Amino acid sequence: MSTLIGNKPQQPLPDGAAIPKPIKPWKPTPKQLLPDLLGAITAVAASLIVVAVTPLAGGLGLLATFISISIVVASSISWIRQDRKAAANSVSTIVIYFLAAFVLLPVLSIIFEIIRKGAPGLSLGIFFNDMSVTSSDAPLNEGGLLHALVGSLYVVALATVVSIPIGLLTALYLTEVNGKAAGVVRFFVQAMSGVPSIVAGLFIYAVWMISFGGTYTTAAGSMALAILMIPTVARTAEEVLKLIPTDLREAGLALGATQWKTVALVVIPAARSGLITAVILGVARVAGETAPLLLTVGGNDAMNWNPFSGNNSALPFYIWKNFGLGTETAIARAWTGIFVLMVVVMIFFTLTRILGNKKGK
Amino acid sequence: MSITENPASTHVPKPREITTEPRFSDRVFRGVVSSGGFISLIVLGLISLFLLYNGFGVFRSEGLSFVTSFDWVPESIENGTEASYGIGAMLYGTLVISFIGLFFGFPLAFGTALFLSYYAPEWIKKPMVLVVDIMAAIPSIVFGVWGYFILMPHAEEWARLINKYLGFIPIFSMPGDFFTRSPFIAGLVLAIMIIPIITSISREVFAQTPLDRIQAAYALGATRWSMIRAVVIPYGKGGVIGGAMLGLGRALGETVAVYTVLNLVYDIRPEILLSAGGSVASLIVNKFGEANAPELKALMAAGFVLFVVTLLVNLIANMIINRTVRKG
Repeated sequence: MSTLIGNKPQQPLPDGAAIPKPIKPWKPTPKQLLPDLLGAITAVAASLIVVAVTPLAGGLGLLATFISISIVVASSISWIRQDRKAAANSVSTIVIYFLAAFVLLPVLSIIFEIIRKGAPGLSLGIFFNDMSVTSSDAPLNEGGLLHALVGSLYVVALATVVSIPIGLLTALYLTEVNGKAAGVVRFFVQAMSGVPSIVAGLFIYAVWMISFGGTYTTAAGSMALAILMIPTVARTAEEVLKLIPTDLREAGLALGATQWKTVALVVIPAARSGLITAVILGVARVAGETAPLLLTVGGNDAMNWNPFSGNNSALPFYIWKNFGLGTETAIARAWTGIFVLMVVVMIFFTLTRILGNKKGK
Repeated sequence: MSITENPASTHVPKPREITTEPRFSDRVFRGVVSSGGFISLIVLGLISLFLLYNGFGVFRSEGLSFVTSFDWVPESIENGTEASYGIGAMLYGTLVISFIGLFFGFPLAFGTALFLSYYAPEWIKKPMVLVVDIMAAIPSIVFGVWGYFILMPHAEEWARLINKYLGFIPIFSMPGDFFTRSPFIAGLVLAIMIIPIITSISREVFAQTPLDRIQAAYALGATRWSMIRAVVIPYGKGGVIGGAMLGLGRALGETVAVYTVLNLVYDIRPEILLSAGGSVASLIVNKFGEANAPELKALMAAGFVLFVVTLLVNLIANMIINRTVRKG
């Protein structure tokens, strides 16, 4: 498409002519880079020596020494070669690089540990068994988390069924109707996405258990998750609908369609992949929520196929329970649960990425 | 024209009134969509109503001491104790761990946002953005379990070091040798959890910095850091502060991750390295399991306080961000 619109026809190159390489005159030459390289080597060497001679020891000591020495070395090089401002620039550059590197560390550590500790407990059996006849201290190849997986599926699916219409209607109100209260609604939807998850659970408990005298059910858990999911769906859907050109709407109306027909047959189909992304983002947001489920689904070691009666479990609940038991096998089970949960979350995460990219092109 | 050509004519056509009469189907459509749009508002209202209604008795009997006193004693007939509920220590603890989280998380997030916007080469930028997004998608229970088993042993060592060299400052002092499960460690976990929010809002803000001012700064010979100090930071200050407040809102309401790494103690301790802290959200999870009916009401009241505090923080944060970023 893009080759047809807006591009000038390219001059064909004469046969045999080599395409000239783009030049980058702003690129530092090796000669300019040399002091930096020398500085870096000095910093590494100096910090190794400092750690070797002084009582500073261990990785932490080495890191701290390395950071401070590299700052000193880099700033003095810049100061000597240029001026004080250049020195400040090198200090800030080094600090910012280190800050960014520190942010990577926990994520890499989390992913590494999930694989290291979660993988040993993985077996085909965990996807076909529940814990109804297995004690959590039983060997890892017995029992499984099928009940939690099914419970999670139920909770999230029901929450999605509730959140899609509400989230979509909210987004349509904000973009299509754009009534007088749109600003207020938008503001409070933003605020709603900051509601602590435990409060959502507490609210459902107050409504369902205290006021209506209900008991723990899967449905109660999914209502709590829906409260957390609606703002995500609504806000993303609003962004997506905003991107649909007004021309399309005007064209629909000019052809004599009612607003309802225009929205249903033009706007929503045009925004379809973005709206699906909005829903998946919502699912990814709530799939790992633990706190509201602790107050609403009750927990179960066996399968419960009925979402409207009886306790149920969910993956986060399973992790929570096994973590709380604290024995060695229970904790191994918790890590395996985390592994499975992260795989599920990552699947949704990747889906949003793929759909989001498709929309961009 | 016609008037000047025919001066005799006094007839000036009135402008036609332009109205649209929505058809019936559109009236239904707009009605349904509008009422759907208000559901979020209604839900927010219902949350505060139900929590307030259930917690009202506790608010009335405890009065202001509900948020100032430290003891959480449910009524017990065997021991003959009278019920007394106060979340003062928990509220204080929540603030302490959230600010520790902000103290560590904000510089890291701010630096990362600057790095991604102005320093990173393209080939680092893309995977790094992906990593920060993955960070936002990690469920809090995962942060909690990881924090307990992996971070805690390291953080304990760091806490020992801080205590060794800065122990003369009261907040870093240590009456015994209890370095595990401290507010310091809970704050570190929260810091990691709020980094993605602050980073993405800050990046959004930085992306709005007018390019001509950036280029003007460079043209005047500014180094990258001088440009950031002279253009980016003044322009994006408000938005970045709003992002930090959103992070604070998340930290205040975080439950599971904090509960797994923090030792709840119903007392206000100034030492942040000591294994004693508080968190309103964790209190709810902690007491919920074995709470009797009146204690549940007290938990509802605690939930109401938490809801109001986080809602206020979020509203202010969004107000600041909307003013600086999402103009128009």
